[in-house]
Amino acid sequence: MVPELGQFALSLALLIAAAQGILPLAGAARGNAAWMRVARPAAQGQFVFVAFAFACLSYAFVTNDFSVQYVASNSNSELPLKYRIAAVWGGHEGSLLLWVLILCSWMVAVTVFSRRLPEDMVARVLGVMGLVSVGFLAFMLFTSNPFERLLPAPLDGRDLNPLLQDPGMVFHPPMLYMGYVGFSVAYAFAISALISGKLDAAWARWSRPWTTVAWLFLTLGIALGSWWAYYELGWGGWWFWDPVENASFMPWLAGAALLHSQAVTEKRGSFRGWTLLLAIATFSLSLLGTFLVRSGVLTSVHAFASDPTRGLFILIFLGIIIGGSMLLYALRAPSAFGDSAGDGDGAPFAASSRETLLLANNLLLATACAMVLLGTLYPLLADALDLGKISVGPPYFALMFVLLMAPLALLLPLGPVTRWQREQPSRPLAMLLPWAGLALGAGIAAFFLAPQGQWKVAAGVMGAVWIAAGTLRFAWTRLSPSRAGKRFTAEMLGMTLAHAGVAVFIVGALLTEGLSLQRELAVTVGERVELGGYSFRFDGVQHSVGPNYDADRGTVTVFDGDRQLTVMHPEKRTYASGGQVMTEAAIIGGITRDLYVALGEPLGDGAWALRVHIKPFVRWIWAGALLMMMGGFVTAADKRFRVPKPVRAAHRENPVPVPESAR
Amino acid sequence: MKPRHKRLAAIVAGLAALGVAAALVLNAFQSNLVFFFTPSQVAANEAPHGRTFRIGGMVVEGSLKRPGDGLTVQFVVTDTAVNIPVAFRGTLPDLFREGKGVVAQGQLGPDGVFRASEVLAKHDENYMPPEAADAIKRAHATSEKAAQTLVMPDGGKR
Repeated sequence: MVPELGQFALSLALLIAAAQGILPLAGAARGNAAWMRVARPAAQGQFVFVAFAFACLSYAFVTNDFSVQYVASNSNSELPLKYRIAAVWGGHEGSLLLWVLILCSWMVAVTVFSRRLPEDMVARVLGVMGLVSVGFLAFMLFTSNPFERLLPAPLDGRDLNPLLQDPGMVFHPPMLYMGYVGFSVAYAFAISALISGKLDAAWARWSRPWTTVAWLFLTLGIALGSWWAYYELGWGGWWFWDPVENASFMPWLAGAALLHSQAVTEKRGSFRGWTLLLAIATFSLSLLGTFLVRSGVLTSVHAFASDPTRGLFILIFLGIIIGGSMLLYALRAPSAFGDSAGDGDGAPFAASSRETLLLANNLLLATACAMVLLGTLYPLLADALDLGKISVGPPYFALMFVLLMAPLALLLPLGPVTRWQREQPSRPLAMLLPWAGLALGAGIAAFFLAPQGQWKVAAGVMGAVWIAAGTLRFAWTRLSPSRAGKRFTAEMLGMTLAHAGVAVFIVGALLTEGLSLQRELAVTVGERVELGGYSFRFDGVQHSVGPNYDADRGTVTVFDGDRQLTVMHPEKRTYASGGQVMTEAAIIGGITRDLYVALGEPLGDGAWALRVHIKPFVRWIWAGALLMMMGGFVTAADKRFRVPKPVRAAHRENPVPVPESAR
Repeated sequence: MKPRHKRLAAIVAGLAALGVAAALVLNAFQSNLVFFFTPSQVAANEAPHGRTFRIGGMVVEGSLKRPGDGLTVQFVVTDTAVNIPVAFRGTLPDLFREGKGVVAQGQLGPDGVFRASEVLAKHDENYMPPEAADAIKRAHATSEKAAQTLVMPDGGKR
C-alpha cells in the first residue's frame, strides 16, 4: 500500500511540475500576473509530494518490504538501520528520487530567498526548474520506477554492496547531489535572463550566491568521496582519476570557473556571454555526471544499450537541455549584446587588469574541464563505436592537470591585488615580490630537505607558500590600520579563505604524492615491519563477528623508536549475504602524517600479507577542501547579495508590475 | 592600422598557444591510452610488446600459486580458448577469486608471462568485468565459427 501511495505522489508531483513549467513561463511572456503567481505554490506543493514519495520509499526500506523490487535488490534484513536508510540512494532509481527531492528543496529555497526579486524573474526561474523536474520525474516514472513491485516477493533482499555500507554512503551522495542540483539554479537564472532578453549584470548578481552555495556543497561532496575512498578501498590513495570521480570533478571545475566569471559580469559587466554559456555548461555537466554514474554506462556501454528506453531517454533529455539552451543563446545573444560578438557592452579593460587575470583563470579551468571530459568520454565513445576497449591511464590526467594548474597557482595571488580595468603591472608585482622570494626560498629548502620525491615536495611547498603569503598580503592591504578607509567585506574574507584552502590543498596533494612510504610483505605473529622511523609489530589475527559480517581482526602494535605509540586493528570482513570480502584498513591520523595498515590475504601457518603506508600531510587535502567550502559559505552570506527592497524605479524598469499580494 | 596589427598579433599568438596546448594534450592522451586484448589476441601476437595493455578473462580454477615469499602470485587467465600465465606482486583485490572474471594491466614478458602491475576488480560478486565477459564471448564466437562479436554479453544479473 505504502509504495503505491509513493508512486501516486510522484505522479501528482509530475503534474504539478508540468504546471510549474508551463504556466509561470507563459505568464511571464504574456504579462499575466495570475499565471506567474502559480510558480511559488507549485514549487512548494511539488516539494511536499516528492518528500512524501521519498518517505514512502524510506519506509519500505526500514520495514524490509522486499516486495518492492528496488528494496529487494539494494537491502537485506540483516542490514543495520542507518544503512537501510542510506540504501534508499544506493541504486539508480533511488538516486534519481533523491536528485528530484533535492531539486525541489532548491526550488523551495528560491521561493523563500527571492521574495524581493522581480516577479517575472522568479516565475521564469521556477518555471525552468519545473521543466527540469518534469524531465526527471518522467524519466523516473516511465523507465526507472523505484516503487515497482516484485511478485512473488523474495524472502530476503540481495543486500547493499558492502563497499557502500559505510558512514560515507550516508553523507557523500546527498552532499554531492546538493552541489549537482544546486547548479540548476544558476542555470535557471541564465535561461531566464536569456528568455527575458535582459542580459545585464543583475542576473549574475542574483545567481552568484546560488552558484557559490552549490559549488561549496559539491566541494564538500567530492572531498567526502575522496576521504571515503581513502579509508575504505584499502589502497591508501585519495584520487584515482576514475570515471566516477571525473564525473563529479567536471562540474566542479566548470563551477569554479563560473564563480569567477560571474564576479566579473556582476561587477564590471564584462564576460556576459561567456558567463551564460558557463552556467549552461556547468549544469549540463552535472546532468552528465548524474547519468554517467548512475545509469551503468560506465560499467559497460552495453549495459546502457541493454535497456534502450533508458539510454534513449537520457540522450534526448540531455539533447533538449543542452541543445535547447544553445539554441536560445544563439537566438537571443546577438540582439542583446549588439554587434560585437558577446562582451562588447561591458566596461573595456586593458591587457593588464584583474579582468585579464580572471580570463586566464577561466581559460585554464575550462581547459582542464575539457581535458577531463575527453579522457572520460573517449573510452565510452570508442566502445560504442566498436573501436576496441580502451582505458585512459591516470598519468594522462595527472600530467595535464598539473600542467594546467601550475600557471593558475602562479597567477592566483596576483588577481586580488590587481585593479579592475587598468593596472600598472609593476604595482602588484612589487607588492608580491618579497613573498615570491620567500616561496622560492622555501621551495629550495624543501628540495634539499625532502628524502624523496624532491620535485613534488619543492613544487608543493613553493606553490603553497606563494599562494598563502600572496593571499594574506591581499588581506593585509584591507586590514592594515593605515588603510582604514578600505573595507574588508564578507565576500573578500570568503575569497581569502577559499584561496588559503587552495594553498593547504597543494601542501596535502603534492607532499602526500612525494613523500608517501609503502611496504607490503608477508608477516608471521611477532614479526616487525620497519617503515619511516616507525615499527609495526604484527600480533596475529582473531575472529570477530559484526552485525552482518564475520571478520578476521588483525592486531598491529606501532612503536615510535622504543615507545609504544598505539594499537591498530585492520580487518578483513566477509559479508553474510553475498560472501563478499572487504578490507577495512586501520588508520591513525595526524596533522603531519597518517599511519595506514591494511590486511592482505592469509598465507597459511598464521602468516598474513600486510600492507603498511605512511602518508605525510594527507589530511591537508581535505582540510584544504573544507577551507574552500567555508570560503563559499562566507561569500554567499555577504550582505551585498541580499536584494534590497524594490524601489519605484525598479518597478518602472520592469515590464510587469510586481503584485504585492504575491509576496 | 596599428591596433589592427596588435590584434592580429594577439590572435596569432593565441592560436599558436592553442595549437601547442592541443598537441600536448593529444600527445599525453595518445601515450596513456591503454588497450584491452583478449587472451586469444595475445596468443595471436596482436598485443604490443614493451607497452602496457590490459587482458581479461577467467582465472583458471586451481591455477593460483604463491611461490617464494608469498607476496608474488601467479595465476592463469583464460578466455576458454587460450590460457595466458600472469605474474603479479602485491595484494590481490578483495574480489579476486579462482573461477571468476578478472582484468589485469601490465606488460607481456619475452617468456610469454604477463607481468601485471595492477589487478583490477571493479565488479561485485555476481558480476563479471565487461571486458572479461567480452573476451570469453569472443572466444566462443570464434570457436563456433560464428563471428558475431557485436552480440553483447548480458554480464550476469545486474
